[in-house]
Amino acid sequence: MVEAFFWPALLGYGEAAVAYASMRTTRAATWGVRLGWLAQTALLIAQVVGTDGDFPWSSWAGTLNLFVWFLVGTYLIWGCRPRFRLLGLTVMPLAASLFLVARIGGGTNARVSHYGDLFLVLHVGMLTAAFAGFTLAAGLAALYLWQEHRLKGRAPDILKMRLPPLASLEFLAWRTILVSVPLLTLGLLIGVIRQQRDGGTFDERELITLFAWIVYGGLLASRPTGRRAACLALGGFALVVIARVALAGSHFT
Amino acid sequence: MTLTLVGLSHHVAPLALRERVTLEPTAAAGLARSLGDAVCLSTCNRTEIYFGEVEEREAVAALETLAGEHLDGVLYRLHDDSAALHLFRVAAGLDSLVPGEAEILGQVRSAYEAATPGPLVGQVFRQAVVVGKRVRTQTSIGESPASVSSAAAALAAQVFGDLHGRRVFLIGAGRIGELAAANLASRGAEIAYVANRTVDTARELANRFGGEAVGLDEIPARLAEVDVVVSSTSAPEPILQAREVPSRRRAPLFFIDIAVPRDLDGAIAKLDGCFLYDIDDLEAVVAETMALRHAEAARAEQLVADEGERFRAWRASLDVVPAIASLRAHAEEIRTSELAKLDRRMSDDALRTLESVTSQILNKLLHLPTIRMKEAAVTADGAEYADAVRYLFGLEEETP
Repeated sequence: MVEAFFWPALLGYGEAAVAYASMRTTRAATWGVRLGWLAQTALLIAQVVGTDGDFPWSSWAGTLNLFVWFLVGTYLIWGCRPRFRLLGLTVMPLAASLFLVARIGGGTNARVSHYGDLFLVLHVGMLTAAFAGFTLAAGLAALYLWQEHRLKGRAPDILKMRLPPLASLEFLAWRTILVSVPLLTLGLLIGVIRQQRDGGTFDERELITLFAWIVYGGLLASRPTGRRAACLALGGFALVVIARVALAGSHFT
Repeated sequence: MTLTLVGLSHHVAPLALRERVTLEPTAAAGLARSLGDAVCLSTCNRTEIYFGEVEEREAVAALETLAGEHLDGVLYRLHDDSAALHLFRVAAGLDSLVPGEAEILGQVRSAYEAATPGPLVGQVFRQAVVVGKRVRTQTSIGESPASVSSAAAALAAQVFGDLHGRRVFLIGAGRIGELAAANLASRGAEIAYVANRTVDTARELANRFGGEAVGLDEIPARLAEVDVVVSSTSAPEPILQAREVPSRRRAPLFFIDIAVPRDLDGAIAKLDGCFLYDIDDLEAVVAETMALRHAEAARAEQLVADEGERFRAWRASLDVVPAIASLRAHAEEIRTSELAKLDRRMSDDALRTLESVTSQILNKLLHLPTIRMKEAAVTADGAEYADAVRYLFGLEEETP
């Protein structure tokens, strides 16, 4: 059952990753994203059914699988428009690659986890969703900086290879962060409560995630605009990457 | 029936001549109706008459009357598929001065709707509107600006997105500056202030755009209230220095300097939140977008050629339609007359069954010949097949 959904999902994401390369195939890419995401949704449901309602994404690969689903889902809601082709060209190859890595790591199987704890399920689920949002916001911020650089530099091909307007990029990045920060906050709080209960200790990963929370929280509180907002979004994302990738093995479980 | 086009355009006729034969939409519609089965397409670049059952000399005479001279050297005449293909290219904007310009499609549609053409001319115009729309939706030919003024507005939209509610400061009364302001206004921007060396001119422009006239000395103070500045004065020195521009960290300010020599200090481009484009920058952008238009024109030509092929197939099918109709009428006549002979000898139920069965047999027998004749019509053999059917079945030479 799970196998039957993995390949269509990967095919959809892969097709989108390739089709976004050309302006003429943008519509086909959008359909690839939609169908791939539906197939992955079915895959996640099949995983839950296969583990009798248990949390099937406890391993790093499983979390990656869930992360890809959140990432593509957020992209579908905020940024899946013909004018945002270059964002798709950034997000979809990443999503397809990570999805494949999740598969190689066994994250797309219906494997029973040892997460009997609702706190842990909510902690992992919310943080994964928040990180997916921050990833998309970073993509939007990078596009903002590039577009601003081209406009400032008066690139003659500025209307030939069109990016979304600066105002749209800024607004979408802001909105994505606005949704992601509460998820990060709740995810962190739940993690701290569970840690207190089970007697764990504060580790480097939590510290870096806390720094990321301060950066994003500061961004929301001070509401900077333009280049400064884009740089803050990218700075926060760098901390997220450090916490998720570099310090992956150091976390209390 | 033959489709014919006579006309002249910017390719062959000088402006002075085109001016004389150009008609207002109502006058063009009147001319088409006076000819009968015709449509008159008249724009600043062309005046063309497409007609079916009209004498060619009547159409030519109408144009020569408007021109006040013989048009032998400049008038082009096209027939059937060539005329249709020409109209499709015109509707797609491929025959325009600027490839892909959008206005022509509306003009083609209006010319058709205002006339009373017969089936052939009507069909070619309906297809022209379809192909014109298809070219605009399936290619990017019309998306890029083709002039400095429209490029300026498109660049502002790259910064702000939707221009509704954005405030524009127009400095100077230069023609291109005014066009740029009009372009911005057409996208929803508001012309808030107009400044000019001559106050009366500033007032006149401000009234036209619904803005406020201010003096040149008020420019720095007003910059905090606007989003876009369009400058096109004839001042010999820059009228705005970078140090006079207020900080724009929270909201960008877009400067368009169309003046030669330049009105705005080049250092403005380096300020945070400020974007500056001068006339050279805008022309470079237009050159790039025109290259894109020409590249897209090749794709548009393919769509037009496909539509031309569809028209040719449709027109060819008209040659065999009378023969098909005669054959079916002949077969139906035989069937009903044979059934009539049985009328008194059979019950109503049995007769109904027989009616149904014979109808089905007839349809099945004639289905394949009908399809084959329509297929043959697309090739050069269509007329021969139609003649053969008429000869073999002894059909009268009738047309429906």
